[in-house]
Amino acid sequence: MVNFFNQFLSHYPYWAVMLLMSAGLYIVVSRGNLIKKIIGLNLFQVSVFMLYISMGKITGGTAPILTGKTEIYSNPLPHVLILTAIVVGIATTAIGLALAIRINDAYGSIEEDEILAQERALEMQDARSS
Amino acid sequence: MKHHLILRIGAKWLIPFIMLFALYVQFHGDYGPGGGFQAGVLFAAALILYALVFGLAELNRVAPPKHVLKLMAIGWLIYIGTGFAGAGLGGKYLDYDVLLNDPVSGQHLGIFLVELGVGITVASVMLAIYQCFAAHQLRELADDEW
Amino acid sequence: MIIRERNLFSVIMLSSVFSLLSAGLFVTMDAVDVAFTEAAVGAGISTVLFLAALALTGNIEKPAPRRPYIPLMVMTGLASILIYGTMDLPPFGKADAPVHMHVAPDYISGTATRIGIPNVVSAVLASYRGFDTLGETGVIFTAGIGVILLLRGRLASRNAHSRDIK
Repeated sequence: MVNFFNQFLSHYPYWAVMLLMSAGLYIVVSRGNLIKKIIGLNLFQVSVFMLYISMGKITGGTAPILTGKTEIYSNPLPHVLILTAIVVGIATTAIGLALAIRINDAYGSIEEDEILAQERALEMQDARSS
Repeated sequence: MKHHLILRIGAKWLIPFIMLFALYVQFHGDYGPGGGFQAGVLFAAALILYALVFGLAELNRVAPPKHVLKLMAIGWLIYIGTGFAGAGLGGKYLDYDVLLNDPVSGQHLGIFLVELGVGITVASVMLAIYQCFAAHQLRELADDEW
Repeated sequence: MIIRERNLFSVIMLSSVFSLLSAGLFVTMDAVDVAFTEAAVGAGISTVLFLAALALTGNIEKPAPRRPYIPLMVMTGLASILIYGTMDLPPFGKADAPVHMHVAPDYISGTATRIGIPNVVSAVLASYRGFDTLGETGVIFTAGIGVILLLRGRLASRNAHSRDIK
């Protein structure tokens, strides 16, 4: 039990990140509204960023901007990767939202089951007419 | 939202300062937090604020979409061109050491050009995305629908 | 709260607040550049785009038609497996974790001598890993082109020719 508590104290950021990650994935999987799915995907992305940044932190370190004095700097490599990842994330979010708008234009709704029902009705029409 | 007086006056004061801050972040990205991406996003946010308060037609007058499209390409081409300049002057692709007389100044120039290219591309892409989204509206939303 | 709330406008506002809070979290973890970008992008541009998309589609989410038991069980299983997986990671903040050993000290010392600018993250982004930034700018450019192709030039004509979905 004490071992578990020690484990929790030294790893609590990672646990919080994993809970956020599964919450984001849960939104993507279980909700039918397209925009809410994209919001869940954003939540998932932010939790992944938190994982990498928390792996890069050194206790007693400071931001990786060189001052004259010699001090401990936090690892700058995860920062660079996450900067790229944030910008790519907003690119995919923008494309996802544009797709959702176009789907709304074509089908009249952004709920997944309504779209699937319309698709099935179209398929049955095509099967009957061919 | 043109007739909301507070919004209009506040936006008129804020937008130049946001643009100035974006330029500061772009060119001081070497000395403090900042750099190309942050500056591009901030600059686009200033222009989007202008569009939100004064209308999309005004924004399309200031930044016509076909010029924004050209800016997108020009920004990335600056980046690619810096790489080729490094290769053309004797080093490898994206080698900044050979750009000027000594390697450290070459690195400074290379980083400056590269961040400039990134900033231009990011700002114009964010602006173009907003212009596409806003132009897709069927009708102007009346004020009581907010 | 974000999961269960059905009014999408408030969900978007809550997620914007979440982005801002995560930016504050990044600052406490010494990632100032990342916090700057996350605050500008997540709480700024992303929220504006979501609200614009919301104005073009509906405002309220439909209630879920079936009980979400299977996703809940799958997510609980996934979360426990992930937490089990993090037990092997080095403790938070340890200075001699393997990730801090190999390349990072070279970058920090090399920035001081060979590049000469104080911001190590900018130096790594633009000079040491400049090729990655080239590709990333390409991704942004492609996203802009993609959105323009999807949304420009075709005004929303409701049900006019929505039967030929191709």
